[in-house]
Amino acid sequence: MSAHLLELQGVHTHIGAYHILHGVDLAVPRGQLTMLLGRNGAGKSTTLRTIMGLWRASQGSIRFDGRDIARLDTPRIAQLNIAYVPEAMGIFADLTVKENLLLAARGARSAAQMDAARLEWIFGLFPAVEKFWNHPAGKLSGGQKQMVAVARAIVEPRDLLIVDEPSKGLAPAIVHNMIEAFAQLKRSGTTILLVEQNLRFAQRLGDTVAVMDDGRVVHAGPMQALAEDAALQRSLLGLSL
Amino acid sequence: MGTLATKDLTIRFGGHVAVNAVTCSFEPGTLTAIVGPNGAGKTTFFNLVSGQLKATAGSVSLGGRDLTGLPPSARTRAGLGRAFQLTNLFPGLPVLENVRLAVQAAQAGRHRRGLNLWSLWSDHRRLTARAEELLQAVALHHRRDAAVASLPHGDQRKLEVALLMALEPQVYMFDEPTAGMGHDEAPVILELIRELKKDKTKVILLVEHKMDVVRELADRIIVLTNGTLAADGPPAEVIASSVVQEAYLGAGKEAA
Repeated sequence: MSAHLLELQGVHTHIGAYHILHGVDLAVPRGQLTMLLGRNGAGKSTTLRTIMGLWRASQGSIRFDGRDIARLDTPRIAQLNIAYVPEAMGIFADLTVKENLLLAARGARSAAQMDAARLEWIFGLFPAVEKFWNHPAGKLSGGQKQMVAVARAIVEPRDLLIVDEPSKGLAPAIVHNMIEAFAQLKRSGTTILLVEQNLRFAQRLGDTVAVMDDGRVVHAGPMQALAEDAALQRSLLGLSL
Repeated sequence: MGTLATKDLTIRFGGHVAVNAVTCSFEPGTLTAIVGPNGAGKTTFFNLVSGQLKATAGSVSLGGRDLTGLPPSARTRAGLGRAFQLTNLFPGLPVLENVRLAVQAAQAGRHRRGLNLWSLWSDHRRLTARAEELLQAVALHHRRDAAVASLPHGDQRKLEVALLMALEPQVYMFDEPTAGMGHDEAPVILELIRELKKDKTKVILLVEHKMDVVRELADRIIVLTNGTLAADGPPAEVIASSVVQEAYLGAGKEAA
């Protein structure tokens, strides 16, 4: 068993005429939380979408639990027990909050069959999910939709959780809850990969970090080492943490 | 130059009162931050002021002029500037063209018209120069030729700010202007807002969750919870209040 649950090697992605990823090497250690940082347009979201098969890698390999998934369709990739929250959240606006979560709960055909204890945990983290349980998700505010999107991704245990900017648009109290949630998920054995612009969030949660620039990973290592090295932060990110 | 005022501004969606009798005025030369839990009605309040949503009750006025019955386009002409939604852009056109169109729209009527090739050409040059200047100001100039649809999220937000600037409004309404931006990019937008503040004739409203940004920029903070105005005052006082500490920051929790 490899120490890395997910491993990208030399991944190139083209979107139309644009060559976005130029050979991404990324290793996500099993049971850890990996932060993917980098400037706007560096290729972070494209990397996540390529992992999920939403963009097709034109070159390179993507191995999940030792198996090459670069040629699989998105539904097959998700069925490998991977949850993904895209930047645009992917909320089904006409469905209720409950139905949005139910879609992701593979073992359940109705809300009654969902894991009640886990639902209680989610309600505690994200009060809006409980409050608007029977409301169309499209009626919620931007931050509330983000809560639903993350709740849907954690409604059942997954081996790998991938979230594109989890803290985006959320009030500070909810960001705090989310940090708690990710820490708990990690303790329960979930491997997590996050793209995040909120550096305090990144620093508090990240075990390992990969920094992208211009379609490549230009730095990878422990989060702690980056957090303690102001010169490295400046050269990689343009500012100190 | 005028004060933006809302009186008993209210909107109901079925049984849900999203904004509930908010009476508030915003003076020129003041930056007011609007904070509150997710779903408190902050964006809805913006939509009511800009006219994207029609109020169930209450009124909106600018400089004493009642805007309540006006559609968004007329409110924009009256001086209310709300960041464009990306759905209003031309996604297939380059960034520069989108900004130039906004500059042109804002200046329509201010310049003479006529089928004179010289004036058309000089207008075009002037509009282009202004659009380029705005793109420089938001640090998006290097993307001037990219199609809007291809921009990453943070760059789209910068474009929204550039379009808002192009309108040269009396009232600037920013809704999380730095969301999705990298830590090396957000300061560019904050600097721009700081510059705007120096022009003492503008009313600036800012919805923002990043409390360090609020602390630094705001002259005043109002707090919305469940659609009602729960606090209003100087930043230090409002941040220390129990409504912010408990309902917003989460009492006993460290703010992220």
